[in-house]
Amino acid sequence: MASQTLYDKLWAQHLVTQRDDGSALIYIDRHLLHEVTSPQAFEGLRLAGRKPWRRDANLATPDHNVPTTLKERSAGNAGILDDVSRIQVETLDANCESFEIEEFRINDERQGIVHVVGPEQGATLPGMTVVCGDSHTATHGAFAALSHGIGTSEVEHVLATQCLIAQKMKNMQVRVEGKLGLGVTAKDVVLAIIGRIGTAGGTGYAIEFAGSAIRDLSMEGRMTICNMAIEAGARVGLVAVDDNTIDYLKGRPYAPTAEQWSAAVEAWRDLVSDDGAHFDKIVELDAAEIEPQVTWGTSPEMVVNVSAEVPDPATAADETVTQGMTRALEYMGLSAGQKITDIRLDKVFIGSCTNSRIEDLREAAKVARGRKVADNIQLAMVVPGSGLVKRLAEAEGLDRVFVEAGFEWREPGCSMCLAMNADKLGAGERCASTSNRNFEGRQGYGGRTHLVSPAMAAAAAIEGHFVDVRSYDYDRADAMSA
Amino acid sequence: MKKFERLQGLVAPLDRANVDTDLIIPKQFLKSIKRTGFGPNLFDELRYLDEGYPGQDATGRPLNPDFVLNQSRYRDAQVLLARRNFGCGSSREHAPWALDDFGFRVVIAPSFADIFYNNSFKNGILLITLDEATVDRLFQETEAVEGYRLDIDLEGQTITTPSGEAIPFEVDAFRKHCLLEGLDDIGLTLEQSAAIRDFESRHRPANPWLFRDV
Repeated sequence: MASQTLYDKLWAQHLVTQRDDGSALIYIDRHLLHEVTSPQAFEGLRLAGRKPWRRDANLATPDHNVPTTLKERSAGNAGILDDVSRIQVETLDANCESFEIEEFRINDERQGIVHVVGPEQGATLPGMTVVCGDSHTATHGAFAALSHGIGTSEVEHVLATQCLIAQKMKNMQVRVEGKLGLGVTAKDVVLAIIGRIGTAGGTGYAIEFAGSAIRDLSMEGRMTICNMAIEAGARVGLVAVDDNTIDYLKGRPYAPTAEQWSAAVEAWRDLVSDDGAHFDKIVELDAAEIEPQVTWGTSPEMVVNVSAEVPDPATAADETVTQGMTRALEYMGLSAGQKITDIRLDKVFIGSCTNSRIEDLREAAKVARGRKVADNIQLAMVVPGSGLVKRLAEAEGLDRVFVEAGFEWREPGCSMCLAMNADKLGAGERCASTSNRNFEGRQGYGGRTHLVSPAMAAAAAIEGHFVDVRSYDYDRADAMSA
Repeated sequence: MKKFERLQGLVAPLDRANVDTDLIIPKQFLKSIKRTGFGPNLFDELRYLDEGYPGQDATGRPLNPDFVLNQSRYRDAQVLLARRNFGCGSSREHAPWALDDFGFRVVIAPSFADIFYNNSFKNGILLITLDEATVDRLFQETEAVEGYRLDIDLEGQTITTPSGEAIPFEVDAFRKHCLLEGLDDIGLTLEQSAAIRDFESRHRPANPWLFRDV
C-alpha cells in the first residue's frame, strides 16, 4: 500500500461508504455533548421519533453556562441565576435522561470543559473519530484521534445514524524542529503558527503537527496546540501516537484494560504518518526562534512577539488587511508602534479548553508564587478545566499559591473564554487571557482580549502589564515543554 | 430543509474580512433552546449601539446608522456579499439560523470557514465562492446601483448581473442535490443502515475497546 499520512489512515479506517459525488459517510466512535449546541438536535430527534443509534458512544457535560463561583455552584442548577442559562443546562439533563445518555452533571467531580473531560477520562482514544458541537473539538487530535467540531444539524445526524456526511480534507504538515526556549510554551508555538499561516491558512486541511519540538511536548501541550488548529482555519489538528500518548491514557476510567489494553496499544502504534507520505502543504518553524506571543488585535492571527511593538496597518499586504488592522486597533484602543510590554491590563483570565489543565495551572502558579497581583488588576481569576483538575491542583497546593497572590480560585467551566455565564469583561476592559479567541465582544460586550500563555498571563497579573517571562525571575524547575 | 432553486435577490455588501461567528451572532443569544428567532440579533454588535440580551424586544433599540443593513436600500436584502474567510470561528449553527431568520438565502464571498460552510448548506443557505477580483467588482456594482439584484440559478450554477453578465460558480454535487430537492440528510443516511451495521460488524471486532455495553 502507498504511504499514508496519519489523517489518511484515520479516514480510511472510518469510511462506511464513498459516494460518486465525492462525499462520504464516515463512522463516529465518540460523540461529546454540551448544553449549548445540543437542545435543537435532541428536539429534532424527538420530532422525527428517532433514537440515538448507539448510546455508549455519547458522553455529555454542561460547561458553557455553569457559574464558577462557589456560592452559586454549590446550589447546583438552581444556582444558575440567569434563567435562560439555567433552562439550557436543565434541558441537557432532561435530554440525557430521556435518551439514556451518560452525563457528568454540574456538581459531579468529573464535570468540566468537554475538551478537558474527554481526554482526562480516557473517553478520547487514539484511532477514534471524535465529534462535538464545538469547534475546539480539534483538541482531541492530540491523541491521534480524527476530531472536529460540527454544527447542531450534524449533532442530530450523529445521534441518529452514528455517522457523518463528510468530504476528505487535504493534508498539511506543520513541522516545529529544535528546542523551545525557557518560558516558551505550547501556546506560544500555536500562536506563532497562526501568525505565520493566518486564520484561514488551514481552511480545507487537516493539520498534522510534527517535528522534535512537538514530540518533546507533554499531552497537555499537544492538546493546547491541536485546540487552536481551528484558529488557523483547520477543523482538524493531529499529533502522531508515541509513548507520551500511551502513558497518559493508561489507567484512565474509559481506557481499555487488561488484555484489551495491549491489543489497543499495538494498534495505536501504527497511528503515525508513514515515511514518504504526501502532504499537500508543509510549513516549517524553528522552535528556537519562537518567543512568547501576545495578540494585539481581534483575530488570533494578529499576534506578535512580546518584545515587539503593535504593528502599523500601513505596512499590510493589501487594502482589506489594512482596513481590518485599522478597525482592530480602534476596537482595542491601541496605536501602531506602542510597545507590547507597555500595554496595561484590567483583568486576567487563566482557563479555557486551551489552557486549564494541570500543567497550565502549575506553570502559572510558578510565576505567581510568593508575589501579589498588581493594584491596577481588578480581577485575576483561575478557572480549572474540570473538577478533577481542581482537586489535583488543590492537592498540590496551587489554589493556595493563587489565592495568596490575590487571584480568585474558581469552579470548573468555560467561564470568561466566551462569557456565556456571569464571568465577563465590561466595555473597554482589557484582559490577558489564556483562551483561544480575541474576537470583538468575545469575552464581553466591548471587552478587549489579548491571548497569551498561562505563564505570560500570570506575569501580566503580577506586573499589571505584559512582561517577557523569559527575563522574569521565577523558578522554572520542571518547566513544562521546555 | 428548505429548497433552493433560483432567486432574484437584492444584494447587501458587508465590506469586512474575517467576519467571525461571534460577530454574526453573539454568545448571549446561544442560550436559546430553539432554532428560530435569531434574525433581530444577526450582527447584533454591529447593528445596534447598545448591548443586546436574549428575550429582549429589539424594536426600540438604538440602531447604528453606519451599519449597512440599517440602510433602507438594503433592508430587504436576500443576498449577502462578503469578504474572505466569512464565518470563521465557532461551530454555532445559530450563525446560519440568524442569517436565514433575517431573510438571507445566499452569501457570496472569496472564501468561507469550513464549519460555517457545512452548517449553512444544512439550513438551505447557498454559499457561493468567487475569486477576489469578481467579488471586488460585485461590491463596486452593488454600492453604485441602488436596488442592485442578482439572479442566482443553482441548477445552472450561474449568477446573472443586471447588465446580463453570467458568472459561473462551483458547488459540489451532493450539496447541490440536497438543496435543490430540500432533502433531509438524516433520512438519506438511514437508508444506508445496512451499510452502517456492516461497518460496525467489522469495526467492533478490530477495536473492541471502542464499544461498551450500556
